[in-house]
Amino acid sequence: MKTLTKLQLSIAAMALSFSVIASPGVQLEDAKTDITDTASLQNGAKLFMNYCSGCHAISFMRYNRIGSDLGLSDADIEANLMFASDKVGETITTAMPEKGAAAWFGGTPPDLSLVSRSHGTDWIYSYLKGFYADESRVFGVNNHVLENASMPDVLWSLREGQSEDAFDSDVRDITNFLDYVGEPAKLIRTDLGKKVLFFLAILFVLTYLLKKEYWKDVKYGIWRKKD
Amino acid sequence: MSEQTIDLKKRRFLTQAKLEMEFKSLPSKTPVSEQTIDLKKRRFLTQATSVVGAVGVGFVAWPFISSWKPSARAKAAGAPVDVDISKLEAGQLVRVLWRKKPVWIFKRGAEANAALSSPELEALLADPNGSGNSKSQQPAYANNTHRTIEGNEDVAVIVGVCTHLGCSPTYRPEPGAADLGGESWKGGFYCPCHGSKFDLAGRVYAGVPAPTNLVIPPYHFVSDTLIRIGVDPAA
Amino acid sequence: MKNKQSWIDQRFPLTKVWNEHLAEYYTPRNFNFWYFFGSLAMLVLVMQLVTGIFLTMHFKPDSAQAFASVEYIMRDVEWGWLMRYLHSTGASAFFVVIYLHMYRGLLYGSYKAPRELIWILGMVLYIALMAEAFMGYVLPWGQMSFWGAQVIISLFGSVPVIGPDLLSWILGDYAVGDPALNRFFSLHVVALPLILVVLVFLHIVALHAVGSNNPDGIEIKKNKDKDGIPKDGIPFHPYYSVKDIMGVVAFLMIFCTVVFFAPAMNGYFLENANFVLANPLKTPDHIAPLWYLTPFYSVLRAIPPMFGSQFPGVVGMFAALLILIALPWLDRSPVKSIRYRSAPYKWALGIFVVSFIMLGWLGMQPVNELNAFLARLFTILYFAFFILMPWYTSIGKTKEVPERTTE
Repeated sequence: MKTLTKLQLSIAAMALSFSVIASPGVQLEDAKTDITDTASLQNGAKLFMNYCSGCHAISFMRYNRIGSDLGLSDADIEANLMFASDKVGETITTAMPEKGAAAWFGGTPPDLSLVSRSHGTDWIYSYLKGFYADESRVFGVNNHVLENASMPDVLWSLREGQSEDAFDSDVRDITNFLDYVGEPAKLIRTDLGKKVLFFLAILFVLTYLLKKEYWKDVKYGIWRKKD
Repeated sequence: MSEQTIDLKKRRFLTQAKLEMEFKSLPSKTPVSEQTIDLKKRRFLTQATSVVGAVGVGFVAWPFISSWKPSARAKAAGAPVDVDISKLEAGQLVRVLWRKKPVWIFKRGAEANAALSSPELEALLADPNGSGNSKSQQPAYANNTHRTIEGNEDVAVIVGVCTHLGCSPTYRPEPGAADLGGESWKGGFYCPCHGSKFDLAGRVYAGVPAPTNLVIPPYHFVSDTLIRIGVDPAA
Repeated sequence: MKNKQSWIDQRFPLTKVWNEHLAEYYTPRNFNFWYFFGSLAMLVLVMQLVTGIFLTMHFKPDSAQAFASVEYIMRDVEWGWLMRYLHSTGASAFFVVIYLHMYRGLLYGSYKAPRELIWILGMVLYIALMAEAFMGYVLPWGQMSFWGAQVIISLFGSVPVIGPDLLSWILGDYAVGDPALNRFFSLHVVALPLILVVLVFLHIVALHAVGSNNPDGIEIKKNKDKDGIPKDGIPFHPYYSVKDIMGVVAFLMIFCTVVFFAPAMNGYFLENANFVLANPLKTPDHIAPLWYLTPFYSVLRAIPPMFGSQFPGVVGMFAALLILIALPWLDRSPVKSIRYRSAPYKWALGIFVVSFIMLGWLGMQPVNELNAFLARLFTILYFAFFILMPWYTSIGKTKEVPERTTE
């Protein structure tokens, strides 16, 4: 009987209280990424592999897929992007041991294959730019977008070395790359869509004319004279 | 029930005839409201729509058909395989999986190697020179008596899949094995499924179900002791 | 050709079926825009079956592999992304089409005698479709799949007395997990599609037995010529076949716009949180069913727990769904079509449509005081549409229905 009551209470709670909205009104910056900008994607890929992939896997993504999508040869990929594997067909995992991850960050850093789909590009862009000094945290930094993030500000060296505009552009490129990683098909989807719609438009004109032609029978009572 | 008593065929025929008649008898400048059917136009539109529609169906079918092709994962799993042969001794055979198929790598002794070009053996084979049915069963660089890369005639690399119906033949290197025909068995591979016989270069015997020699995969020597299966030698 | 036809006809009623259901199936000549959605529903059903068959070839119904196998489809399978988007967009499109199809029924009184059975079969179809969509939604095994399943299945746990046993029987476990995923997969790809196809067949058999209603709500069979053909009827083929093909292409243009340019539809067709692997330890910040189920979800939330039980809410939700079946007997109006209905009915229908849309919207919103109040208000209005129907359909002045269809 007790379990029943508990269960009912929990259902009531579930049904009535899905009201917790966690993101407390953080203003996200518009990432303004452009997935058709191959140079940006290439730069983003390079930066991601250098600054992020040490800890974060993108394990649904394959090295050679990045290569063929971003116009890089297998040799390019092997020289510039592949640090954790030796086969171009492999997925992009991280070399970091899990035990180490738990000790250093309190858990495995999340896989970023789908971060653009679950959080959106604006979130990624704002998050990467959102670090500020906070001595109370382990790594001495906190984040405006994700309060008490357990990630150090890995891009600080990138920021130090260049102007703010150049840094923003680099962060945008990383974001753009992650947007692509979230859905590689996005590269061809919209282009294909335009062709499909063009084809359907032609077919529609034909079917419209065909319908109009046949319906003359009905319109002028040729199918049957209306009495 | 009254529908059943009508001769619907006749009705349809009459309607059609009436349409044609009206079409033909109309003066060329009929007012729009009374204009009737242009059967030519109708036929043209029907055909045009059908053709374009059929093209569309073809376009739609393509993604579905190509979704059966090996996926990126299958292709990655079918990546080239490296085999270390430093410990391979004469007569010894190792099997590795390449593209989910067994590949044999084995070393032929000097005697067995020399026997491959004996006229006595070649007389038993269906296509000893790889010039007939078996022309495309090996890369060009392995189309020779030993069916190997030049300079490494003692190391054979063969896809261990019978060309009859896909079983994997067993390795029977001993010449004269009684159960395989005694005198006429020169050593090679025997397929347990339907009794096809191959010699030690994977060449098929005459008069067995298998139609062609066994397949030689693309391969090359990365070093003296390391073979990479799945990649042709650099030209 | 002629020979072949008769060869088949001696063995199979091909020409007979063709004539009875297409070439000599007489359909009212005055169908308007609202009459496209029946054939479109058929199209979407076929599309879902075909894309579903191909997705099943790559999907793994295993809680450890399901999520990754969907991403495998999205990335590694050639054109897999397109099939998945066609299927996920198709699910929403199915409900768009079905809702418009049902609204047509309300507009022109298509559920009224002699078409009650068509309506009932349609309602059963609708409910089966909801089950099908819900189970399909669980398969990708993302956070929304998991927690959506958790909430909906928990509803069965609130049934008095047998609830907890019923719950664990449905789940095959103590919580949503691999057994649930596996049985939902089986139901989603085998059982429910079979049921849907059979029901669609029956729906059409019933329709062709009595013939279509029309925007004037006139029975065209009452007015036949000397050959016994309805004077306001035209053969379905070629007139409505060419018209429906045109409708299909127009629909595909809208459908493809979503598939290619906004497949997630801003979180309405594919939710952001569902791109995170199911985690039994953490509920997403905000969870709601997909849009097509939210009106009923709102009703569930609007009814407060009574006697320490959520069961009344569950009953309310199912009642909201099942009461639609009673429509043919609640409507007492002498006319069918909205064109000739009395003013009270027009008002009631308007309020009902607003209530349904508002309930749908509220079902996606987090609960707060205002939303809870609105949900209750619109729940009452929703039920009032049905409960008061015998009354308001028998008052007011209806217009005279013409003898023949109007243009």
